[in-house]
Amino acid sequence: MQKKVACSFPDEVLEHVFSFIQSDKDRNAVSMVCKSWYEIERWCRRKIFIGNCYAVSPRMVIRRFPKVRSIELKGKPHFADFNLVPDGWGGYVLPWIAEMAGAYPWLEEIRLKRMVVTDECLELIAKSFKNFKVLVLFSCEGFSTDGLAAIAASCMNLRELDLRDSDVDDLGGHWLSHFPETYTSLVSLNSSCLGSDEVSLSALERLVGRCTNLRTLRLNRAVPLDKIANILGRAPQLVDFGTGTYGADLQSDVFSSLAGAFSSCKELRSLSGFWDVVPAYLPAIYPVCSRLTSLNLSYVTIQSPDLVKLLRHCPSLQRLLVLDYIEDSGLEALSSSCKDLQELRVFPSDPFGEEPNVSLTEQGLVSVCLACPKLQSVLYFCRRMSNVALVTIAQNCPNLTRFRLCIIEPRTADFLTLEPLDVGFGAIVEHCKDLRRLSLSGLLTDRVFEYIGRYAKKLEMLSVAFAGESDLGLHHVLSGCESLRKLEIRDCPFGDKALLANASKLETMRSLWMSSCAVSFGACKLLGQKMPRLNVEVIDESGPPDSRPDSCPVDKLYIYRSVAGPRFDMPPFVWTMDEDSALQVHALHVAEYNRKPDWIGVGTYEESIQGLRAKMPFVLYLAELSNTSQCSSQPLLSGDTTLTPPRPLLRLPIETLESDDKTQRSKEGKYMIKMRYSMNPTICFEIRPISTRSFPGV
Amino acid sequence: MEGSGVGGSESGSMSTVSREDNMVVSSEDSSCPDESDLELGLGLSLGGKTGGFKMHQLSKGGQFARILTAKDLPSVISAASPSSSSSSSSSSLSRANVTAGTKRTADSVAAANGSSQVVGWPPIRAYRMNSMVNQEKNMATEGFNSTMVNHKSETSMVEKTTAGIGKYQNNGNIKLRKSLFVKVNMDGIPIGRKVDLNAHESYEKLAKTLEDMFLKTTSSVNPVGSMTLELGVMKKITRPSKLLDGSSDFVLTYEDKEGDWMLVGDVPWEMFLSSVKRLRIMRTSEATGLAPQLQERNQRQRSKHN
Repeated sequence: MQKKVACSFPDEVLEHVFSFIQSDKDRNAVSMVCKSWYEIERWCRRKIFIGNCYAVSPRMVIRRFPKVRSIELKGKPHFADFNLVPDGWGGYVLPWIAEMAGAYPWLEEIRLKRMVVTDECLELIAKSFKNFKVLVLFSCEGFSTDGLAAIAASCMNLRELDLRDSDVDDLGGHWLSHFPETYTSLVSLNSSCLGSDEVSLSALERLVGRCTNLRTLRLNRAVPLDKIANILGRAPQLVDFGTGTYGADLQSDVFSSLAGAFSSCKELRSLSGFWDVVPAYLPAIYPVCSRLTSLNLSYVTIQSPDLVKLLRHCPSLQRLLVLDYIEDSGLEALSSSCKDLQELRVFPSDPFGEEPNVSLTEQGLVSVCLACPKLQSVLYFCRRMSNVALVTIAQNCPNLTRFRLCIIEPRTADFLTLEPLDVGFGAIVEHCKDLRRLSLSGLLTDRVFEYIGRYAKKLEMLSVAFAGESDLGLHHVLSGCESLRKLEIRDCPFGDKALLANASKLETMRSLWMSSCAVSFGACKLLGQKMPRLNVEVIDESGPPDSRPDSCPVDKLYIYRSVAGPRFDMPPFVWTMDEDSALQVHALHVAEYNRKPDWIGVGTYEESIQGLRAKMPFVLYLAELSNTSQCSSQPLLSGDTTLTPPRPLLRLPIETLESDDKTQRSKEGKYMIKMRYSMNPTICFEIRPISTRSFPGV
Repeated sequence: MEGSGVGGSESGSMSTVSREDNMVVSSEDSSCPDESDLELGLGLSLGGKTGGFKMHQLSKGGQFARILTAKDLPSVISAASPSSSSSSSSSSLSRANVTAGTKRTADSVAAANGSSQVVGWPPIRAYRMNSMVNQEKNMATEGFNSTMVNHKSETSMVEKTTAGIGKYQNNGNIKLRKSLFVKVNMDGIPIGRKVDLNAHESYEKLAKTLEDMFLKTTSSVNPVGSMTLELGVMKKITRPSKLLDGSSDFVLTYEDKEGDWMLVGDVPWEMFLSSVKRLRIMRTSEATGLAPQLQERNQRQRSKHN
């Protein structure tokens, strides 16, 4: 038999070749070629991207890729940004950190989006990864500056700390002083989301001064305008700078030192921040404007003429974020000044007003699209639109890859013809062949979805609200959009038919969100039963959906593919439709114990745990019912029901049930046990005194 | 008619469902289609790319997998209505749908909001909303005019801008009102919730929402298929109770901007809205610092009811 050529390459050669392949898609393709390539590839994969943290378990990732250095995880659905996902839904990163702490001691990078991160997680990161370099927490929540202090104190090789848009409990700026005086490796710091009025300016200045490789610095609002000059003076090599508050009493010396500081920053390409802008201070940035490629003025509440004056100084601009104060006239001026524009985002200054407060219409967007041939990415809030404008945009900007249009009033028709905007959006998908992301608004019938299904072959993410007329609309999208990964729908009359008819499509997508639509509970159950590789989760805060007829629509539905099975960290208002969803019981029964003074019964736990059908290792802590913010620091039990037979549970003396030494507590009463990897109570035990002491030996 | 458009209401013969049928809204409670309508089987849509579906007969028992074809669903293109009337009817129905959709959203999150309001629209990220709101507050409190150079156009600009972004606060527009979500924690329950204060007009409405959220009766707590607090726990605190009048085991408190914990209900509602940071449903026994206020209020309430 002839040996195949592939086998004659030593593994090291293949590994070297694979090291040039960086993209995840290509890596995945490589791993599918044959078994030996799969093996080689998995040992040399350094970077993992997991678009849905519940699609796979930490254990599975670690088992397949033992040498990962960089991980990116996303948690909550995108609509969580708009308060559509109730608090407590999930997205906890602690289980991941805990597993990786043991498995990846050389982990360097963690990037998280929309996940719940606690101070405990941050402390664990600081402790576990000796070469930790990059922490990006994009729109995360659940932690405070104390956690950041732990990172600062321990991570000597930290290069990047980016807290973009996260909800941080800001206890003051002292965390910055936890960076040791010997620490100099910072390259990027984005703390712009911190909300406290306190900031440790001296610590900040010293940090900036000694980190000579600093390229990105985005300050939070508490840093006053008159301190900027000082900070910039210490970091003239900055490429990306975000100011803090940009307003103060106008003083000429402050102005001139500010202007001087900016002009010494020859590498500066990106500016942001600008809260509380005092227009008179804006000219201080003129020295750098000609080199600027990115400008975020989305918090700048000044009028169009002043905005235009500034923008005329920025001919190299590629990316602009601005409020609708810029108006049509300002956008017209922009289109003549900034020919290299690639991305434009226009946000509403008065989204809840009934009448427009500014003169910004579809014309502004059209003028930019006509004049800026490189335009690729658009996010535009406005109050009126027409089909003819959309067609013009489509024809003149065939290179659009992201087009998100929000007409503020739902179901607004074409203002010229009073027709739906189907034809306009149809033109967008027809002409923009590389369109990857699309958000619809305005009055739309099923027809627009027909166009989308027919033309939008590269579309990966679609956001739909208040649109469509029947299931046919959803059917067009699910059956036609070959590249679709994420679909999010709200307030549309889509029901069961299209969903059930296209069930297998859902396995090719990352996720589907539907809220305030017409999908029945029965259909959800059916999907959950028939599609074992999908997690079908129903979110309903008004009570369990099975207390109503199966035909009643569910409030919110989130479906995602997963190889990890249903998750177990759901809050009470999320139900998962599983094969045995009728039988799955997560709440466990009150157990009786034989109360020996020094240990708790085990037999009942085993039954309970099997009832729980935990598919991951767990550690149980005990907390008293009235004081569940404090958990006992000792684990009470641990077990692993993925093993057969399950590893026996440990027992600990009852003394360790005390979670707080200061308060007097009797050993009777109710206790609640928390799963270590979730914040939800799963078991409640009542401890009562019983005289007999007989226990199965374990 | 209430509720949102239901796509699932169909006749057994699967004749083309008219657009009107699909747009007709049905009440969530009373006119949910009954079981016999839900004869949809699950079919693998492997023919998706080629568009070739097969349609099978469905027995009453619903045992066969059923795959739908485009024939089952109405074709919008062939629908005869002329564009002008359809747009006017669709716009009037769209109004109904918006309200309906609003109502249904409200119904389904009634426990959280208690008023008709579209949550999360327009789609502006919470982070941006909070930043804009904080900016307004700063501008209002810092006496903006003093920072301006004496320049007429700039002064008028100031007025216009404060008027403009003032709208990020509650402006009374019922349909698209800004949300003011604050966290609510209750002693003994580890999961906090969030409630939209702008969706309530008064303390009474807020208390009712919180009572529904946290002090449910056992009948609404069903452990099947969900992670819930143990039934025994819930039994203990299901007595109907009022959070505001001191008759409950719990008292409603809030943390204000200065970090102090105060009893809810003492200041005018609007003032409360502007200073509240988060809420806590505290055990009466633990509300020691607030006890004098509590006792005083209890006495006042009791004398009122006598």
